[in-house]
Amino acid sequence: MFELFTRLSAWLIPAIIVFIPLYAAFRKVPVYETFIEGAKDGFGTAINIIPALVGMMVAISMFRASGAMDLMLGAVRPLFDLLSIPTEVLPLGILRPLTGAGSLAFTADLIATHGPDSLIGRIASTIQGSTDTTLYVLTVYFGAIGIRKTKYALKVGLFSDLVGFLAAILICMYIFK
Amino acid sequence: MVNWIWLFFIVVSVVVGAINGRIDAVTQAAFDGAKSGVTISFGLISIMVFWLGMMRIAEDAGMLKKLARMLSPVVKRLFPDVPPNHPAMGYIMSNLSANLFGLGNAATPMGIKAMQELQKLNPDQTTATPAMCTLLALNTSSITLVPTTLIAIRMNYGSANPAEIVGTTLAATFIATGAAIAADRWYRRRSAPPPGKTTRISKQMPIKSSIDPPVSASATLPRGGGGEVV
Repeated sequence: MFELFTRLSAWLIPAIIVFIPLYAAFRKVPVYETFIEGAKDGFGTAINIIPALVGMMVAISMFRASGAMDLMLGAVRPLFDLLSIPTEVLPLGILRPLTGAGSLAFTADLIATHGPDSLIGRIASTIQGSTDTTLYVLTVYFGAIGIRKTKYALKVGLFSDLVGFLAAILICMYIFK
Repeated sequence: MVNWIWLFFIVVSVVVGAINGRIDAVTQAAFDGAKSGVTISFGLISIMVFWLGMMRIAEDAGMLKKLARMLSPVVKRLFPDVPPNHPAMGYIMSNLSANLFGLGNAATPMGIKAMQELQKLNPDQTTATPAMCTLLALNTSSITLVPTTLIAIRMNYGSANPAEIVGTTLAATFIATGAAIAADRWYRRRSAPPPGKTTRISKQMPIKSSIDPPVSASATLPRGGGGEVV
């Protein structure tokens, strides 16, 4: 099953890259010129994201360096002990929505320390794989089009992160017990 | 809300950093963070340029319209305020399918392009529309069939069965996405104009919404000339 998916994923991109221009050429679209025309927008779009991304990365990076993150974790830890959930995975719940690279590094570290087939390793893998970095997605998508009032978008994203985090823990504890 | 979170992070960092005697580290972290923000954006340039070029071909060939027309009723129901034949729908579909197959670097440009198309339907260029919030919700919880990066890491550390987390991840991601859709529906209904009015988003609605803190209301900056859609 996994084999099938990795093969499929490996072929998907080249298939798309060939199919789109080929189909367009049949429809008499000047493919190369159209490509250049569309690609022009890419630079500006990526550059537009810089202010928002710098703002967010500064705040998150300061938060981690100051020790505030550890303080926040310490506050939630007793609750986890109470539910006999391995507290080692707790930082992921806070890191995951904030920084993709940070939480991936943390997951890799947990896997290295406790082993990929330990309960902790499995929970960490599941958490890391099951949601995306909410703050990054919000910053990039809304930053690119100049949206400043994000309404309830962040709340929805964080809520689904929390649900996904708890679901990952419970599912792993049930399946891999 | 973003305003408050951002302010919270910065203020708390400096205060806690001062108490912990890590104020130098906090300063350093601020500039390191700024640098990585720029690095990430620069990394996006090549990907954006390539995929936006590709997608323009797809758009001009009418493929996105076709994709949008083939939309499952479910996706149509998720975006009731976007005309079914609008190019935004095609980009939304491309974005969601790229996510599904774990093609992260294709998903982001298509998601941004979808946002730009949705922005064309937006009466107030600085406030997110419900459709934008829904698209964001789907992306933050991102349904992925195979978490390839993690399987690679697990392989690296000698797991007996690296792919055993596919099932648990899929279950967790479905639950997270379900929660995101439910929460999105709930907020959308709460901030919707009263029934009997037109289904189009009213211009006043986003400003009146009591959800945002007052700070954000004053954050409107003067806009540049007309075509703000990037």
